[in-house]
Amino acid sequence: MLRLEKRPQPSRTLSYVTPVLAVLITMVAGGLLFALLGKDPVAAIRTIFWDPLFGEFSFYYRPQLLVKGGPLILIALGLSLGFRAGIWNIGAEGQYIMGAITGAGVALALYPLEAWWIFPAMIIAGALGGWAWAMIPALLKVRFGTNEILVSLMLVYVAEQFLASMALGLMKNPEGFGFPGSRNLQQYASAHNAEIIADTGMHWGVAAAFIAAIMAYVMMNRHILGYQIRLTGEAPRAARFSGVKPARLVLFCMGTAGALAGLAGVFEVSGPSGQISTGFNVGYGFTAIIVAFLGRLHPFGIVLAGLLMALTYIGGEAAQSTMQLPGAAIQVFQGMLLFFLLAVDMLTNYRVRFVAREAV
Amino acid sequence: MTGPLLSIRGLTKAYPGVVANDDVSFDIQPGEVHALLGENGAGKSTLVKMIYGLVKPDQGEMVLGGSAYAPGQPQEARARGVAMVFQHFSLFDALNVAENVALGMAEPPKTNELAERIRTVSEQYGLPLDPWKLVGDLSAGERQRVEIVRCLLQDPKLLIMDEPTSVLTPQEVEILFATLRKLKDEGTSILYISHKLEEIRSLCDEATILRLGRKVGTCTPREVTAAQMAEMMVGSELHRPERTPAAPGAVRLALNDLSVASPGQFGTSLKNITLEVRAGEVLGLAGVAGNGQDELLAALSGELTCKAGMVVLDGREIGTAGPGQRRSLGLLTAPEERLGHAAAPDMSLTENALLTGAEREGLMANGFLKWSKARDFAARIIERFDVRTPGTETAARALSGGNLQKFVIGREVMQRPEVLVVNQPTWGVDAAAAATIRQALLDLAAGGTAVVVISQDLDELMEVSDNFGALNEGRLSEILPATGLTMEQIGLMMGGAHGMEVAHV
Amino acid sequence: MDVSAINPVLLLASLMVAATAVLIAAVGELIVEKAGVLNLGVEGMMITGAICGFAAAVTTGSPTIGFIAAAAGGAGLSLLFALLTQFALANQVASGLALTLFGLGLSSLIGQGYVGIKPPPTPELDIPLLSDIPVLGPVLFSHDLVVYFGLALVAVVWAFLKFTRGGLILRAVGENHAAAHALGYKVVRIRVLAILFGGACAGLGGAYVSLVRVPQWTEGMTGGAGWIALALVVFASWKPWRVLLGAYLFGGVTVLQLNLQAAGIAVPAEYLSMSPYLITILVLVIMSADRSAAPASLGRSFHASQ
Repeated sequence: MLRLEKRPQPSRTLSYVTPVLAVLITMVAGGLLFALLGKDPVAAIRTIFWDPLFGEFSFYYRPQLLVKGGPLILIALGLSLGFRAGIWNIGAEGQYIMGAITGAGVALALYPLEAWWIFPAMIIAGALGGWAWAMIPALLKVRFGTNEILVSLMLVYVAEQFLASMALGLMKNPEGFGFPGSRNLQQYASAHNAEIIADTGMHWGVAAAFIAAIMAYVMMNRHILGYQIRLTGEAPRAARFSGVKPARLVLFCMGTAGALAGLAGVFEVSGPSGQISTGFNVGYGFTAIIVAFLGRLHPFGIVLAGLLMALTYIGGEAAQSTMQLPGAAIQVFQGMLLFFLLAVDMLTNYRVRFVAREAV
Repeated sequence: MTGPLLSIRGLTKAYPGVVANDDVSFDIQPGEVHALLGENGAGKSTLVKMIYGLVKPDQGEMVLGGSAYAPGQPQEARARGVAMVFQHFSLFDALNVAENVALGMAEPPKTNELAERIRTVSEQYGLPLDPWKLVGDLSAGERQRVEIVRCLLQDPKLLIMDEPTSVLTPQEVEILFATLRKLKDEGTSILYISHKLEEIRSLCDEATILRLGRKVGTCTPREVTAAQMAEMMVGSELHRPERTPAAPGAVRLALNDLSVASPGQFGTSLKNITLEVRAGEVLGLAGVAGNGQDELLAALSGELTCKAGMVVLDGREIGTAGPGQRRSLGLLTAPEERLGHAAAPDMSLTENALLTGAEREGLMANGFLKWSKARDFAARIIERFDVRTPGTETAARALSGGNLQKFVIGREVMQRPEVLVVNQPTWGVDAAAAATIRQALLDLAAGGTAVVVISQDLDELMEVSDNFGALNEGRLSEILPATGLTMEQIGLMMGGAHGMEVAHV
Repeated sequence: MDVSAINPVLLLASLMVAATAVLIAAVGELIVEKAGVLNLGVEGMMITGAICGFAAAVTTGSPTIGFIAAAAGGAGLSLLFALLTQFALANQVASGLALTLFGLGLSSLIGQGYVGIKPPPTPELDIPLLSDIPVLGPVLFSHDLVVYFGLALVAVVWAFLKFTRGGLILRAVGENHAAAHALGYKVVRIRVLAILFGGACAGLGGAYVSLVRVPQWTEGMTGGAGWIALALVVFASWKPWRVLLGAYLFGGVTVLQLNLQAAGIAVPAEYLSMSPYLITILVLVIMSADRSAAPASLGRSFHASQ
């Protein structure tokens, strides 16, 4: 019989070990899933996790790691602040969309003016767009006590509809022969988020993600604000006793998460994606939730987790084209990863003991 | 019936790192009130949980009414005639009295019939209850009545009572004892758990004394003195706090007509509280649990704010100030609940030292934390208050109740407060730690700090207070000098018998 | 634009159909939350139910078997949530999100072979005589069985919570799990059962979307209905009849905006499509002032230590 015993205090070693363990278990379970689908599990795992980095076409895939990882890391960093404090913003997908729309909006309004300040202005507008969208659930929570989980999620659907109306209406490319979607910003020099170093995937959004990770680390570990966020998550009543103002914290965490998601959106629309279109959002805002937890809500952990999750995207695409592995299988794989992570997480706080069944 | 009702033989229960009970044996006779006496942490709770079927013993056996007794769960215990009144009530705030009672019965009758029986039984035993009232709206004393009535409806052979008087005024205690004596006369045995010696002397026939999980002795309480029992319980002579009364100084803290609504649905709002505390004075505030103690502490800590003039510190109106601002002005507080309110359970002692010490102890600059200074501050608290812990990086929840309480009180005391307010400073704490904490409060007062001690432990208040008042339904009684007060007077200040009446024998 | 083309009788009749999926899912979640568990995975369980039901109905040709398979699929997925939260003591919010993400992926994986197929029709129950009553007949008495099942479920859940001992124990566990444990009730077992019930209901609701409402299979077709079901529980202050009211309100808004789109009103279709979500937010804001009805242990993990 198995029994759980609470540890006197959380195990530090295990908090590093559990994410790795979860990844390994997921690989095994994922392999079983792929076998069920009639694919060679070993080949599938290798195609997803090994080939993009070290295989024949790694010159193509490696840059993609940063391209896909950048937005995931940026969004997950923002989410992790709130998650640490028990504030559940799960509408990052919507904030990401709104950031892209406001950022692209600046560029499209100014087109075809060329000026150095256009790109910075877009970045600011994108961050503000995401921030404002996140402020809706934040203010409603502070003012009326409305559940931020549900409101932020509802706003994703609203944002998706808004995106559609922009792509089909106001922002539609007047020279696009009636096709939906805006002008391509990659062809608008002042608005283009070009690669900083060619062929590495390193664009300004990726740079922003790394800078944000460092800043988040400093804040969480050296600054009173980070301390207050952690304290609120651990013991909300103790936080109020300590002098934390919960409302301010909600606004800060939600706002920061929204701004970072908005940044991810504007970097994406002005770079890899290039245009506002109905299929612009591909679920980064939701996958970032997995990234945040897999990184144990720790900034550097999130960087690693973001890159790993990017790898599953890229490897998944590769497996789709070379092995006809269904795209949805990767989605299942990512979902399983979060499951196993949550399941093994208890090991940090509890000890599992085998005990002989007690005589009754 | 001949022979004991319940016979306990060699019960042993170990948890990781602690042996809660080690080879405990004793008998309870039919119609006997048997005391189980011991300090906090002596293993009383674990023992009664084994008798009630909540915890399975590792070793040992029990015999109830002549046949083997090993309850796997409370339902079995209840079916065998064992009932229990919990210290932390096993009640449901959002359900009414009848529903709460029904949950404790194996086969409850129809609701209307049950309500009628609740009314009859509760009046018969002098514990009147309205079966349709929400439990969350009841006072602590009334909540206990719900528990007792729930037990009585099942005609128990053995009634277990865990520290029942901690939520009662002295008058209510007398009435409860009358009820228990009536039950005893009817043949019910009672296992009475307490650390209050005078109560045991007046009520109990036999006593079993536990220390550190072991049975260290038995006695007949009427035949020994309280001091003798205390020595058996603690194992050494108790240190009584010393005090050098100082001439009261200027008024440090004044509350003027303080009224605040409680934030909780089932809380108690404060009504027109007016008091003054002077430098060097210890003001003791008594009251049964749930009469506004938590709200008063919150109104003083700044977690609840009010009109500016309602709270005055050294002549400054600070009613609208938050916790941080009040702390920097010198008004420090320590709430009752250690884990989750005064301290964050999963954070280290260093991080918990920051919780209130960040500003006053200069543990941060421009918002950036100075971890080495914080660690140093935590280490100083640990050293000065003899907190038993592996180090400053241990999580708060890993400490025993007494050690964590020493840390929490120590954290405030070390910050040299102008005014210190503590709520239940020694609740659930072993005697040695309690003595340390009381001594620290008295030393602080001797140094010119104004101290307010909110407590439900009357003995403690009598020991430390210069002046004495009581909270009752959110109002404050008159404040009187502590010396010379009788139990009778104190009880009346706490609200008397709160509608209880002596059992109709 | 021709708003007069909207037939109020058909509107009311289709309102009941539009409300049924969220109604069933929300009633299931109500029981889960009454037991003190917050399962945010309703969307994932609904979509899983939608595809399980669809696949089973298509394979066997029987909508009944489809609905049974949907309930089983939803309950199966919720079992994962139960394992995570009740045995591994994982955070309920995170586990619920995991369930939704996993369910969305799983359903599209299963659903690959089912795109573009029509399911066997679920028969409508034209009650003789009653369904011939003008206005009332088509509105109330000519729906499929599942619509009436939803109504019956509300009544049964209400009666269960209010009048039965099982209902009392369930509420007690959600109110104060420590006290319920002290009285000897099996907190974990009761919660697991509640979670399974909620999963089965969500699965049924999902199958109603794929088998009746739409009826066909597309990825992510529940489109946030699971989240709206969660919102309905809050809106209803955890009271079954108010869930019904909320579901009809939501169904009304959905149907009305679809009709307005069809009538060609001068508002872009995207803005009309937003309206159910915006109305849900609005209703949440209005209702969240009163949190007193929430079960006190909602969302907290229980571990019987010592």
